[in-house]
Parts: sequence; C-alpha cells; structure tokens
Amino acid sequence: MTALTLDEQQQARRAERRKRWVAFAFVVPLLVFIILSFVAPIGAMLYRSVHHPTVAELIPQTLSQLERWDGQGVPDEQTLNVFTVELQALAKERLSGKLAEEFNRAYAGMSSVVKSSARKLRRESPELLAEQGASKLLAMHKRWSEPELWFQVKRAGQVFTYDYYLTALDMEVTADGGIQSREQAQIYRQLYGKTLNMALVITLLCALLGYPLAYFLANLPDKKANLLMILVLLPFWTSLLVRTTAWIALLQTNGVINSFLMGVGVIDSPLDMLYTPFATVVAMTHILLPFMVLPLYSVMRGIDPSYLRAALSLGAKPIPAFARIYFPMTLPGLSAGALLVFIISVGYYITPALVGGTDGQMISNIIAFHMQSSNNWELAAALGSLLLALILLLYWVYDRFVGARNIKLG
Amino acid sequence: MAHPAYYGIWHKLGSLLLKSSSYLVLLFLILPILVIVPLSFNAEPFFTFTEGMLRLDPAAYSLRWYEQIFTDPKWLLSIKNSFIIGIFSTILATVLGTCAAIGLARDEMPGRRFITALLLSPMIVPLIITAAGMFFFYSKFNLAATYSGIVIAHAALGTPFVIITVTATLAGFDMSLVRAALNLGAAPVKVFFDVIMPLIRPGVISGALFAFITSFDEVVVILFMAGPQQRTIPRQMFSGLREQINPTILAVATLLIVLSVILLLTLEWLRRRSQHMRGIEN
Repeated sequence: MTALTLDEQQQARRAERRKRWVAFAFVVPLLVFIILSFVAPIGAMLYRSVHHPTVAELIPQTLSQLERWDGQGVPDEQTLNVFTVELQALAKERLSGKLAEEFNRAYAGMSSVVKSSARKLRRESPELLAEQGASKLLAMHKRWSEPELWFQVKRAGQVFTYDYYLTALDMEVTADGGIQSREQAQIYRQLYGKTLNMALVITLLCALLGYPLAYFLANLPDKKANLLMILVLLPFWTSLLVRTTAWIALLQTNGVINSFLMGVGVIDSPLDMLYTPFATVVAMTHILLPFMVLPLYSVMRGIDPSYLRAALSLGAKPIPAFARIYFPMTLPGLSAGALLVFIISVGYYITPALVGGTDGQMISNIIAFHMQSSNNWELAAALGSLLLALILLLYWVYDRFVGARNIKLG
Repeated sequence: MAHPAYYGIWHKLGSLLLKSSSYLVLLFLILPILVIVPLSFNAEPFFTFTEGMLRLDPAAYSLRWYEQIFTDPKWLLSIKNSFIIGIFSTILATVLGTCAAIGLARDEMPGRRFITALLLSPMIVPLIITAAGMFFFYSKFNLAATYSGIVIAHAALGTPFVIITVTATLAGFDMSLVRAALNLGAAPVKVFFDVIMPLIRPGVISGALFAFITSFDEVVVILFMAGPQQRTIPRQMFSGLREQINPTILAVATLLIVLSVILLLTLEWLRRRSQHMRGIEN
C-alpha cells in the first residue's frame, strides 16, 4: 500500500472538513431559529426566576443604608429617616402598593403595615421626615421595630435571589440566615408530590390497558390489525380539546354516564365525577393511551412468535413462558411508551384545568395561576424551572435508553 | 385465532380473555369520541341524550348548533385565524425542519446527538413552560399578541415532528444517488429538487401535516400570548368549556373529528406510498 503524500492527506482532510460544513449548513437555519424562538425565551425565564430588581429600584437609598446595619436590633435613625422619605415619595407616585405587595411576599402581614404607614406619611413634609422620620415611623406601627422585618426587607432588596426557589420548595430563610421548611401549609411540595403521583397512576393505567391491547393487535393478521389500529390512531389524531370535551359530556352531573346509570337503575342520584382528580386521571389516560400502544405495537410486531411457540411446545407453562421469553423482548417498547406518557402527563395543563376541579390540579396549573392571576411571575418562573429540570432529567434518561432519534409517530 | 394442539383449556380461556379485554380497551378509546357526534345534533342545549333523541324522534335533532358556528362572528374569526396561523407556521416549520433533517442524516454532522436532542426539545418541554417563557420574551420585542409572534411560536413547536418524519424517510435513503447526480454534473439545487425531494416527499408531507395539526390544536401558547384578535378554534373552545358550556362546542368538535379522519386517511395513503417507493412490500 502506498502511503499518501502530505499534500493528499491535506486534501483529504480539507474534503472532510468541507463535508462537515455542508452538513452543518443544512442544520444552521433551524438551529438559529430554535435558539431564538424557543431556547432564549426559556433561558430568559430561568433568569427571571433568580433576578428580581423591583425592590432595589423602589427603595435604593434605604437599601444602601441597610448595608451598614449589623442585623442586631432596629436599624439606626438615619436609615429609618431615609426610608420614610422614600416611602413618602412612593406613596405620592402611587407606587407604595407595589412595595407593600413585594414586602408582603418576603414577610407575611407586611402589606397592611406598609400601606397604612404610607397613607399617614403622605401628609408630612419631606424636610421634617429627613430629620425625624424614624420616630414617626416607629410610632405608626409597632411592627416597624421588629428586627426580623428589616432583615427580610434587606433580603427582598437583593437583585439576585434564590428566594423564589425556596418558596417553590416551601422553605424560608430565618433571621439568623438559616434555611428551614415553612411551618405553614406545604403547598408546593405537596403539589409536586401529587403531580408525580398522578402521572405515575396514569402511566400505570396506560401500561395496564395498552400492553394487552398491543399484544392482541400485534398477533392479528395484517389486514385486521390495520383495521383495528384505526381505532387507536383516530383518537391520537383527534384534537385534544375534542377529547376533553367528550369527557366533560360523559362525566357531567347530567351527563351521558349519569343519565345511563340512572336510567338503568344502578344509582338513584347522579355521581359527582367531573371536576375531581378521578376525571383528570380518566381523561388523561384516554388521551395518552395511544402514546403507549404505538411504540409497544411496533416492537411486538417485530418479535418472531416462534420463540414463544417453541417455549410452549417444549413444555413451558404459558405464564412463565410469557414472563421469561416474551416480556423481556417487549421492554424497549414498554419503557419508551411509559417514559413518553410520564413525561407528557407531568407537564399537562389543559385537561386538568378543564376537568380536574380544585383537587385535580397539577403543577402546571399553579404555574398558570401565578402567571395570570396572582402576577407572581418570578415564583411561576421558579416553579417552572423545577418542573423543567425534572422533565429534562427524564428526557435525558429517554435519550440514553430509547434515543431521541428513535421517536416514531404513527 | 386458531389454537395449536398443545394449547390447554387455560390457554384458550386466556386468549378469550385477552380478546375481550382488548375490544373493551378499543371501545374505551373510540366511544367517547363517537358519543360527541350524535350529541351535536341535539335540539336542546344539553350535553346529554334527551328522551326524544333516544326515541329517534326527528324533532329532537336539529342543525341549530352548526348554524350558530357559521353565523357567530367570533367562531368565524377563530376558524379563519386557526387556518392562517396553521398554514404559515406549517410552511416555516416544514422548510426549516426538512433542511435540518437532511443535515442531521449525514454521518459527518458534528455534535449530532446533542443537536438532535436540542432540536427535538420543543416537543418534550411542557407547553406551560414554553408558553410562559415565550410570553415574557416575545413581549419585549412587541411580538406578543401579533400574528407573526404566534406563527413563530407554533413553527418552533412543529419542527420536531418534521425532523422525525423526514429522518424516518431518510433512513432508507441511498446517498450514492446524490453522489451520482453530482458526479454527472447536476447543480446541488437541482439535485435537491430532482433527486432528494421526490424520495423524501411522503415524509415531508406527513411532517407538514403533523406541524399543521400541532398548530391547529395548540391552545396553551395562545392562552398566554394571543390577543382577542388572534383567538383560534381551540382557544374559543377552551373559554366555552370554562365559561358557558353550550353544544356549539360539540358541533365544532364533530367538525374537528371529521377533519382528523381526513388527516388519518391521508397519512395512511402517504405511508403506503412511502413504503412502495422504498420498495418495502407489505
């Protein structure tokens, strides 16, 4: 074999590099598009969950005065004077309500303290406040003399904060700087638990219903299997809202199921099925079942039935033969389907919002609540980031074991 | 199913059980959807079968809810919006996705695994997170509550499906065809349209259908980003289901079911065609 000359080697390498650039050039437009339209917005949201300059913008001078405060007792007179001047200015610009809301998030019960003091401060002259504001403030409400309150004000003024993550995990910072679980209701941890629990139930139900069905379909003659597959594919292709509507029509108090059961005489008064966790689980199982059946079916189709037949004809009992010969071969399809169903159901929003009632809500619904109703966007972002981290972890597992490239549709 | 001689009684019973439970699951899948169709012809404003309907009394059935769809300006606007947004986002997603799938199919592609995972992520990330992030970000560029903003958002959600379907058709693609065409002096653009395109067309079309249905059925991003002018069919259904339930929604749902039947048939036809073109016999 003749060795390549240096020139030829260089040429080959150049050709190789060119090929790589050509391949990359095809991908670049979409890559740029996805980064700008999808990755950047999510990145911005993650940033928002730790970046919160509102308080720092409202009372900048008070916060710079608080820098000097050692955390013992009430801050000195000068700091409080500055604070009253700033609070008065905010009250005049109608921004004190915003400050009250921010403080209240940091330290429960502060909203009314800030609001009432702001109202009283409006009448004072700024010059007087600059000198005697402190004593006036402390006289207005006894809570202003709590060191804990000023500690939380100082924390709320930080531009970068992990406080929203603490809230999202039901934790809080104590006056001595330690982190502890919140004593009051553990809302968010409980909600994450419930979401995972429901996703798990839905996944199990899908597997329980989907596995025998896929097995049955996979062992039918082609023509019949294709025909029956339409019954799986039609729901898959039908709008999500149509399927949710269907469940509302079925489960309502005066809906199809209740009328039927009462007509037959099984029950005397209608059952409350809609707006319960039960409704969420049933509707979502119905919606996600095709995602379980399709990968299982395609794996089972590829399994040679003679393995199982060989085991049976050699005298194995049906159940052990199935469990030890057939089942392990279907695991790739089962894990693909289960992971897909679990990933989708953990982040589901529409169906729980429409059929779940208050008890059937999942973590996505509380994120939407903080986005739309309570306007606590930072907390929504923190809750969303935690959910995203969970999903990405599952996606990584999926990619490792199934391969994101191997997702099949239809 | 015919049973071989070595099957015992338990086995036969087992397969009977399998068969019946499978049919039950199939019923569970299809019945809720089929129930909607007759209910949409209800003459009364209920979500359930009236006695007249059960007696098959013609007076108990009517087309009034269908009439209402086509006379209500809100529904008409949302139908128009759904198609406009769906079509433009499909074009964008199909062009970008097909191009990327061709690049990703090449072995020389650097960092293929990571880039594929990144490009498919819009399909995996929960819509609520996507919608929240997009709402903040697009507002900064004045894209929230505009048609272009929503088209861009929906295109981003649709591209993973195009990548997946086109990649699937490219799996059986013989790259030597491209080399041969190039060697024979065809310009790269001509190679793309005359050699690659005809072979991957079924994948491109089914990817486009997926992208279209993704946009057509999407409601979370719309809920957060769209203004009243960009209301789509699912958005209209969502508020209808939340606020004042009325059977117009059932009529719309029936029309959407018809649409999905058409889609399903088209896809089945494409699948057969693709198998035929790649020489796979059923």
